[in-house]
Amino acid sequence: MNSDDPGREIRTMTLEAFADTIIPGEKRSPQDRAVAGAAPGGGAVAAGAIAILETPEGGMEPSLGDLAAALNGHAARYCAEHGLEPDPELPFVGLASEHRIALAAELMAPEHPEKMFWVGLAMFSYMAFDTGAHMHTAQALAQGHPGLLTLGFAPPDPDGLWRFPKSSYRRALAPLHPDTSETGSLK
Amino acid sequence: MSATERVDVLIVGSGFGGAIPAYHLAAGGARVLVLERGPWLTADGFDQDFKFGTSTTRIFDFVVGDGMSVLGGNCVGGGSVVYFAAMPRAPRFVFERRGSIGRRMWPAALDRDALDPWYDRVAEALPVTTTSWEKVPYIGGLFAAACAAAGHTANPVPTAIDDELCTNCNWMMSGCKFDAKRSLLLNYLPAAVAHGAEIRPLHEVQKITRTGAGYRVHYNTIDEVDYRQATGSGAIDAKIVVIAAGAGATPVILQRSEPELGAMPHAVGRYFSGNGERLNTAVLEEDKVRELLGLTRDEATAYLGYQIGKGPTVASWDRLDGALPEYERFSLEQLYFPPGFGTILAQIPDADGPSWFGARKKEMIGQWRSWLTTFTMSEDDNEGVFGPPPPTGNSSRLSQQLLGFGSLSYRPTPNTLRGWELSDAAVRQILEHNGLSRVMPWTNDVVGAYSVHPLASCRLGDDPATSALDDTHELRGHPGVFVTDGSAVPGALTVNPAMTIAALAERAVPAIVKAARARGVEVSYGAPAPDGGTEARRATAAAAAVLIGD
Repeated sequence: MNSDDPGREIRTMTLEAFADTIIPGEKRSPQDRAVAGAAPGGGAVAAGAIAILETPEGGMEPSLGDLAAALNGHAARYCAEHGLEPDPELPFVGLASEHRIALAAELMAPEHPEKMFWVGLAMFSYMAFDTGAHMHTAQALAQGHPGLLTLGFAPPDPDGLWRFPKSSYRRALAPLHPDTSETGSLK
Repeated sequence: MSATERVDVLIVGSGFGGAIPAYHLAAGGARVLVLERGPWLTADGFDQDFKFGTSTTRIFDFVVGDGMSVLGGNCVGGGSVVYFAAMPRAPRFVFERRGSIGRRMWPAALDRDALDPWYDRVAEALPVTTTSWEKVPYIGGLFAAACAAAGHTANPVPTAIDDELCTNCNWMMSGCKFDAKRSLLLNYLPAAVAHGAEIRPLHEVQKITRTGAGYRVHYNTIDEVDYRQATGSGAIDAKIVVIAAGAGATPVILQRSEPELGAMPHAVGRYFSGNGERLNTAVLEEDKVRELLGLTRDEATAYLGYQIGKGPTVASWDRLDGALPEYERFSLEQLYFPPGFGTILAQIPDADGPSWFGARKKEMIGQWRSWLTTFTMSEDDNEGVFGPPPPTGNSSRLSQQLLGFGSLSYRPTPNTLRGWELSDAAVRQILEHNGLSRVMPWTNDVVGAYSVHPLASCRLGDDPATSALDDTHELRGHPGVFVTDGSAVPGALTVNPAMTIAALAERAVPAIVKAARARGVEVSYGAPAPDGGTEARRATAAAAAVLIGD
């Protein structure tokens, strides 16, 4: 811990580790503990998961401290159940990637009583990667947002709007249903 | 002390169910007020942008329930502003469905023949046209070719889209910036306003009470950025109330009104249908698209076209066969869903770990341009039930916009599950044919089932025990209250429902006029299409005369 606010840093690293479990990415530095390095390229964390979770628009911010603490509680319990030694300060971050995945899957399983909290956290992590919703999309693309880049999301025209002038194979490609009426619907 | 504001007709909601009566009643001379809980945006205000706070989150609502999550419009124009504008008519057999109640679900007065003239009116008004193969986007062409290769037919879908203006940008869920989508902002609503109707955005109706001569509608005004915040409240008296807040909200308003308004029909907040909706996502093998289907965009590219287009453009209707048993009939429509909503629930094939998140899912996202999503609309079992209403609105909002938690619970019955299973198999038969792609259904383990076409939560019918509305859309036991949105549709339609909701709203107007006249409102019926067209009016004249009692 080298932050002025160790509690805040624990919260951030714990949430980063969860987001990285949802859409994994490469470590930001050799010392990066939150990101497990389970996939090449930037993942949810590099895509802005913490920024998304902390936006006032999202509504998640007031719950983040409790969620991080609860996640660490689950991680400590998971370690006890699996004979693992928990990291005393960062139990979830301390889990190896496969254990993070197993615990996240357990918490988001249909029958888990806290499911909606963890699904909510996962959905915001996903949105960071797939949409970059904390940034204007054109700007995110211009800055090489890792999620939009992974999707291959096409850039806009110079005026910032999307248009696809070439869009069709331009020929009939199937027989119509025999009961099609002149309205285009079935008779 | 100021007197309570009074109008002839108060309409709750400005989607198809609200805009259509608003136009006809205002054109007929009634004093009409529309209260809409969402903002009022037009083309200039629509953004091609995923950022929170843009039109993507301002005009759309995602309400998570217990086993069913519902997407819907939240703006002036309602669903017509955010939807994909697919406007097929419901197949003939749909009107004969019995569902789980052992008798015909639809009123005896309504079948396909009876509704066709009203469909024609909507088709003239919006207008609705069928996309030519010349304009069908790559994704629709690919789906059509795959259907043909697997021995099926496929049709370009009738839509309310002006193909000459459409840029195939696929941002239509955020509102159409090019006014190519013929939403209600371009026809019924401006025509209603031209005839003196008033529309007040950011007015969320909470409940209805009775006054001596009619009804009092109570609302909160909503902050334009943070929808969790009410900025004020008020009440307006009306002789007639038309509720068209959407199938996810109309029953909630009525439930909240019940203690003061009096007992509601049993079917208010019950029999909800998600239109039997189900999604599958295929990842195409680009080489196979070229080899098996002979499709190429140019020398280098066979498909890579997921982002290009306008939602659903081609459907396969082979399973819309009235000879098949109920619950085994469905349509399959090719679909684009934008990232976020459209990526999270897609599953990887052959998962040996989590199916919807993790490293392998990230790899699948890396093939996004080769995705093709198919949309099943089947026959579910009307198994949705609304619990007690939240304090305000129809959900407890988590985010400033877009996301909230509602009271709807939904446990799919074996009938519904069988329909989904059959449709999954049909999708695989088409899209996995000769190794063209790998297909997986979206998971229902995360937010339950989902629907972009909520229906039937306050439905029409002849049986008071299983329907909330009589065959004129009047709420049983509450004369002068009408419901004209998707909640009135008795059950799943096996196709996109907007055309049917709109046609039913057109058909409901003469009965609303009759009720208004009975309460002393001087209102005529017989307005042409919003642009003045009269071709379709002739065919509904006789039916309207019966409904109006002339």
